[in-house]
Amino acid sequence: MEPYKKHESIAALMDRSNVDTDQIIPKQFLKKVERSGFGVHLFHDWRFNDNGTDNEAFELNKPAFKGAKILVAGDNFGCGSSREHAPWAIADYGFNTIISTSYADIFYNNCFKNGILAIKVDKDQLASLMAEINANEGVRFVIDLENQKVITPAGNGFTFDIDPFRKGNLISGLDDIGLTLKHVDKITAYETRHKQTYPWLWV
Amino acid sequence: MKKTMYEKIWDSHLVVDEAGQAPLLYVDRHLMHEVTSPQAFEGLRLSGRKVRNPQSILATMDHCVPTKNRDLPIADPIAKKQIETMAENCRENGLNLYDMKNPNNGVIHVVVPEHGFVHPGMVVVCGDSHTATHGAFGALAFGIGTSEVEHVMATQTLPQKKSKTMQVVVNGELSKYASAKDIALAITGKIGTAGGTGYVIEYTGSAIKDLSMEGRMTLCNMAIEAGARAGLVAPDEKTYEYLKGREFAPSSQYWDQALAYWKSLVSDEGAEFDATITLTAADIAPQVSWGTSPEQVIGVDGCVPAPESFADEIKRKACESALAYMGLKPNTKITDIPVDLVFIGSCTNGRIEDFRIAAQVAKGTKVAKGVIAIAVPGSYHVKQQAEDEGLDKIFIDAGWEWRDPGCSMCLAMNGDELTKGQRSASTSNRNFEGRQGKGGRTHLVSPAMAAAAASAGHFVDIRNL
Ligand code: SF4
Repeated sequence: MEPYKKHESIAALMDRSNVDTDQIIPKQFLKKVERSGFGVHLFHDWRFNDNGTDNEAFELNKPAFKGAKILVAGDNFGCGSSREHAPWAIADYGFNTIISTSYADIFYNNCFKNGILAIKVDKDQLASLMAEINANEGVRFVIDLENQKVITPAGNGFTFDIDPFRKGNLISGLDDIGLTLKHVDKITAYETRHKQTYPWLWV
Repeated sequence: MKKTMYEKIWDSHLVVDEAGQAPLLYVDRHLMHEVTSPQAFEGLRLSGRKVRNPQSILATMDHCVPTKNRDLPIADPIAKKQIETMAENCRENGLNLYDMKNPNNGVIHVVVPEHGFVHPGMVVVCGDSHTATHGAFGALAFGIGTSEVEHVMATQTLPQKKSKTMQVVVNGELSKYASAKDIALAITGKIGTAGGTGYVIEYTGSAIKDLSMEGRMTLCNMAIEAGARAGLVAPDEKTYEYLKGREFAPSSQYWDQALAYWKSLVSDEGAEFDATITLTAADIAPQVSWGTSPEQVIGVDGCVPAPESFADEIKRKACESALAYMGLKPNTKITDIPVDLVFIGSCTNGRIEDFRIAAQVAKGTKVAKGVIAIAVPGSYHVKQQAEDEGLDKIFIDAGWEWRDPGCSMCLAMNGDELTKGQRSASTSNRNFEGRQGKGGRTHLVSPAMAAAAASAGHFVDIRNL
């Protein structure tokens, strides 16, 4: 996983609540054998017309949001099935930060497993961020995870809460596997003991 | 302190157990198939990590493989891609793969025991919920997700929460033709599909001791259907006898040492379980599932229940919608339910013993008019053994199709499937809506019950044969 660094990026706005994982990545794309490459299918059914062209009415297709790394969205983002393909698609599309009032549990966990910072804000904070984007599409926010701050040009910034364990993992770029591998010496020691006690397992 | 077998295996596999994080459990054996592994391999590649212990892995192709005309190219491009990707991943990482053309090929949970790859006391994982099968050997075996598959490949460990323990005691003797499958279905019927949630089950009692290794595999295979994390049977002489001489079993140099260890794994006399369930073997009639959940089962001498017969509101609703999907009326006698297709196979009932008993019932009969009956051995070895014993001839003479191994109709990913409204008698493990094909209606039964239904065209109480 890429270590999460302080960055200034375009913030895209999806002013919708209850965006579910079936919309984030529709089920016809689950048969793929890759984990990468889901970005082109992100929000497929909203994003494309039936003939495959871009649906211009869909917010993420706005030119001003091109290259956005930050997604500002309505309540209860990521509800529905537990498919890990949803955060895979979001990260692959280019987002590394989501800002919303709430998330579905499994989706929230899956975000951090895949290097995505999911920031929880209160209703007023969300409303002011949305208003700022609406007034100035293409506006860039600064996300400073180290100091737990969102900074905006219009001064709608704030400090956010985050579990210190999750924060540490994002900053160091350690995923679950990375965390386990911190104990690699213990794993090796265990294997050495294991080989002595149960030699038949290793031949 | 007195310990259960689960606790002994758990304790001996703890690598890290520190406050503030989930205990890390060491994994001895990692089983793989083509459907749940590709993204795990890709994740490994993207992060520049390597498989820590390639020798701990055994892979097969089973879910998507055709069970006939194997020489032809696979028609479904997605299945083809999955098969090719699996081969490529195994080659790249130096893993032992029994591909479609390999004489060792078959359903992962049938193949693995055939080669003695799992021993008592091991921790075994696979990106597949029916990994529980291997608990028959006294190994802690459970299914995991794709991220976890990657985790195990990279670290040979898994962060795990300790489960509670449940003892399921089955004493006495089974009636004629009742089998391990019937015990498994009866347990699920009794405790429900969530009854075992949070638990590892240990099956004990004289009826379990009496089961063959194949029977124990059938039983543990369905622990997951009762919601349990895993199922276990204590190793005994049958286990040791089964393992001896197999390819990955301990060599003679280490045999005695391994044996002494295996014997020490058995739950201590007086060890406490968090829950205990008791069944009497003689009371277990051959079971037939009537609904769309493996807990919706009844003895073959029973009737389809009426929704009103359930006091619990949720169960009543579940019954209603199951009957609607299954196209069944309350109070219909089970033996009056007709079948269109009969399937014997899967990791639950695709072993030699299953085909022996089914052949015994099928011998000299004919598949009823309008019924399709297919026998799909769990592996090429099972197929070969059955052919050596002349079982294939019995099936073919009776009008059955005799296929190549694979998951086949168990989950209908390879083209073998029910069409809408078709009704099956199936020896597999799940009767969920659409499991055997969109709109297909599945009745779970034992191999003997399936064979009897094939020739009668409806369910039969085989105790009267
Ligand atoms: S036979 Fe069925 S349950 Fe067993 S591994 Fe194959 S699909 Fe899964």
